[in-house]
Amino acid sequence: MIEVSDITKYYGDFPAVTGLTFSVPKGEILGFLGPNGAGKSTTMKILTGFMPPTSGTASIAGFDIVEESLNARKHIGYLPETVPLYLDMTVSDYLSFMGTIRGMNGSEINRRRSDVIELCHLEEYSSTIIGKLSKGYRQRVGISQAILHEPDVLILDEPTIGIDPIQVVETRQLIKDLGDEHTLILSSHILPEVSLICDRIIIIHEGQIVAVDEPENLGTNLSGVERVELEVKGPNREIIPVLESVDGVQEISRDSSTGGAFHRYQITVDLGKDIRSDLATAVIENQWELLKLQSLGMSLEEIFLRLTIEEQQLNPTTVPETLE
Amino acid sequence: MNNLLAITAKETRAYFAMPSAYVVGAMFLALTGVFFVFDISSPFAEAGVRGLVDWASFFTIFLAPLLTMRLLAEEQKLGTLELLLTSPVREWEVVLGKYIASLAMLLAIQFVTLYYVLMIYVFGDPDSGPVLSSYLGLILHGAAALAIGLLGSSLSGNQIVAAVVGTAVLLFFTFIDRVSSLVEGAPGGFLNAISMDGRLSDFTRGVIDTSHIIYFLSLIAIFVFLTIRSLETRRWR
Repeated sequence: MIEVSDITKYYGDFPAVTGLTFSVPKGEILGFLGPNGAGKSTTMKILTGFMPPTSGTASIAGFDIVEESLNARKHIGYLPETVPLYLDMTVSDYLSFMGTIRGMNGSEINRRRSDVIELCHLEEYSSTIIGKLSKGYRQRVGISQAILHEPDVLILDEPTIGIDPIQVVETRQLIKDLGDEHTLILSSHILPEVSLICDRIIIIHEGQIVAVDEPENLGTNLSGVERVELEVKGPNREIIPVLESVDGVQEISRDSSTGGAFHRYQITVDLGKDIRSDLATAVIENQWELLKLQSLGMSLEEIFLRLTIEEQQLNPTTVPETLE
Repeated sequence: MNNLLAITAKETRAYFAMPSAYVVGAMFLALTGVFFVFDISSPFAEAGVRGLVDWASFFTIFLAPLLTMRLLAEEQKLGTLELLLTSPVREWEVVLGKYIASLAMLLAIQFVTLYYVLMIYVFGDPDSGPVLSSYLGLILHGAAALAIGLLGSSLSGNQIVAAVVGTAVLLFFTFIDRVSSLVEGAPGGFLNAISMDGRLSDFTRGVIDTSHIIYFLSLIAIFVFLTIRSLETRRWR
């Protein structure tokens, strides 16, 4: 549904995104994750045809975004990060206007307008002037205009930023529901959010893709290992050799804050192996008390930090200059 | 076509719902009214609209950019232009729709000045020919001024900057003939040819010169076209 091939965009001399290539199949929810200024919004502006890439091509529903921009735009529903709305119009008038300029006729507009108003819980506010709505409700108006014309592709730039926690939960659920019918790209810098909503995540940093995967795989694939945390009551000196003898164990480190008869170990395990039952058996056969046994994937925060920090270490030019 | 109509309708409705448009219109009418009274109460005043149209066209230089400054500058500032231009809408539909709406507003304001003309007919016996040709000139001049103001609005996200740019360009076209007499040869002739001044006085004398009509229509076409280009190149900036 969305094909992006080798897109680069320069603002003057500054490369906002470089060599971006990815594709989104129909019905997928793709998360775009990256710190502020990573190039998420730029990529979305290019995909929606608001500005052309410096080089590279992209297509939406088979239409090139530069050559056949008008056709491509017919298939897109877009919510920019700033949620731009005409503040002097009522919600209902605004939706009618947006429907008309997207080529919908009167009866389609009437039907879809009441649908989206209901879907986004805006019933009470349909004749309110948008300028009087709170941020959260404006966000909903923004989403409702994006889905009004039933586009194949939805592009939402930071859809949950700046709204209160209850609305965030509702909005996430709404987006997840939308993902059933639409191909969806969503950007965020909030990790749990994308891992909750998205089928696949692209991590973007300084304009480049640093990782692409499903939320669950991202942790294990990137770290190369899995880790297990184990808490046991027993003699430390006897426990370690027993654990080391379990097949698949690479390394054991003991949490030095634990002591006496109670020990906490972090065990590094070969990738793709689940040895938790072997570990449990080993502990119990020796008649020690097993208190806790948990698989530790790398959290998305850790992955994210690791990816972006590694990047910086490779680029010594990013070290801040001292003032003279 | 639907897009053009939708944008025109939306902008026209916005004008008539906007207090600032009424304030600006009222200022224009008050100023032209005051000068109209000065004009006709002088001794030997003629029963005609020449004085009225002179003043009205002069104040249009300030009125038109104030009317158009919001049209594209506000869209840029609010970011709504991004949604508008990522919808399947062409740039010319956006520009032309907004232009037509501003023209509707200007015509509404100019329509009120007919009250002064009515007064002239009540208390005098003016020649109807020059009255009609004067109003044709006034409308053409105003329409050109709006096109220039609209270009100013496309250049900045700041409405004040947009209005100042529009007024400056209009003042250039109005007073350039004062400079053109100092410039010799072809450049001087060119400056004289692009000047607005003098063209309106032909209309007020009752002369409808095709070259003047073509001049104003060309100004409208050129500045509307430049505005469309300005929006298109926004994408590349």
